Amino acid sequence: MKNINQKDYEKYVNSKAPKPTLLKNCIWAFIVGGLICVFGQFITNFVMDYGLDKKEAATATPITLIFLSALLTGLGLYDKIGKKAGAGSIVPITGFANAIVAPAMEFKREGFVLGVAAKMFIVAGPVLVYGIGSSVIVGIIYLLLKA
Amino acid sequence: MAQKKLGSQTVSFQNPPSILSTASIVGPKEGEGPLKDYFDLIIQDDSWGEDSWEKCESKLQIEAVRMAISSAKIVESQIDYLLAGDLLNQIIASSFSARQLQMPFLGLYGACSTMTESLSIGSMLIDGGYADKIVCATSSHFSTAERQYRFPLEHGNQRPLTSQWTVTGAGASVLSSSGGPPYITHVTTGKVIDPGIKDANNMGAAMAPAASDVIVQHFKDTGFKPTDYDLIITGDLASLGKEIAEDLIAQEGYNVSSVYSDCGIEIFDNEKQDTHAGGSGCGCSAVVFNGYIFKQLKQKKLNKVLLISTGALLSPTSTQQGESIPGIAHAVTISNKLD
Repeated sequence: MKNINQKDYEKYVNSKAPKPTLLKNCIWAFIVGGLICVFGQFITNFVMDYGLDKKEAATATPITLIFLSALLTGLGLYDKIGKKAGAGSIVPITGFANAIVAPAMEFKREGFVLGVAAKMFIVAGPVLVYGIGSSVIVGIIYLLLKA
Repeated sequence: MAQKKLGSQTVSFQNPPSILSTASIVGPKEGEGPLKDYFDLIIQDDSWGEDSWEKCESKLQIEAVRMAISSAKIVESQIDYLLAGDLLNQIIASSFSARQLQMPFLGLYGACSTMTESLSIGSMLIDGGYADKIVCATSSHFSTAERQYRFPLEHGNQRPLTSQWTVTGAGASVLSSSGGPPYITHVTTGKVIDPGIKDANNMGAAMAPAASDVIVQHFKDTGFKPTDYDLIITGDLASLGKEIAEDLIAQEGYNVSSVYSDCGIEIFDNEKQDTHAGGSGCGCSAVVFNGYIFKQLKQKKLNKVLLISTGALLSPTSTQQGESIPGIAHAVTISNKLD
């Protein structure tokens, strides 16, 4: 026991560890992720019926989804959905809203400046940095190719 | 010459301290678990009327200490030392409760090994003649640990199957130089052992080698056999860690399987309560010992127990910097009989 070989130990632990239920997780992610998208489409159709054009509807839909996700997070329900759905509720825009609202709620006790505002992006921050960063790079490449 | 030293890591007490009384307070989830009948108090709301989780954790500790002292039928001014620790940065749950309790205080950090760390040091202080009455206490809270080590509570993520559930609860024991059984007869102090696990969601595997090392060393130092014990119980290795520890101990030639368990497995019904591998946190071995095991000892259903609280000595910083997780464990023999 004195000289544990770290590589052997890691192999041994991996052989003992319970295997993640990948298929079940994928099915749940597909169902819940799909339902969120279908609901988004429903919102789009609904607002277009009320006279919004396609571009306006493309703005109204994510706004509504973000609001609903923030509401469900505040009510303590989104984490329960996320537990079952995994990537199905993390990948859509609702997951992004949850990732911002959850820390904002959690760190409210540390104040509105150093708590809510500073900690709001601890989960979603990397997505913003690399998302915006890569979109700028892609934009520049597109511009150069077009020219 | 250290007269009370036995072998390389164990102390055998000449005047074994008595455990006069204990107290355990747990949160609502623990209060629904298999050991619910053994806890002294189950709080119904996991903030216990406080406006932060941290304040709630301090309150758990304060009340557990007060309950233990009052059931020992002594008063707070008789306590020579309060030995306490917890998981929060700079152990604020303990120092803030000590601010309230106004007893001479030594703050400890051993992560989730704090219960046996405090019992070890407390027993040495008493047997050394430096104190008559000592309170050993520790606590953890699911919500304070989550926000410090993991994700905000409302974040919708999935927990891996090897992850554990931090126990909300606090436990306190009053040790005394005089009094009846049970007694603390031996302590074996563990070394920090790092098997190279980097996954903070697999702490059982990270701590198992430290636990098995101290258990094997305890047998070597004292000459005890696994069958001398009614129960050998680790702190929070949970299902995977327990399996590994059993394997590692067997490799050294000791078969503990008939008497071996883990507090992290006992405290929750993992299937029903969705706690994955089991419980963890300083509070895990604290409430299982001060609630369940102590009462079993008092009723003579158990007569000799080896308690081994296990700690994962990681921090959010060390994890983010890619460091592996060092483990620690300390063993304490609690017995109804003096040899």
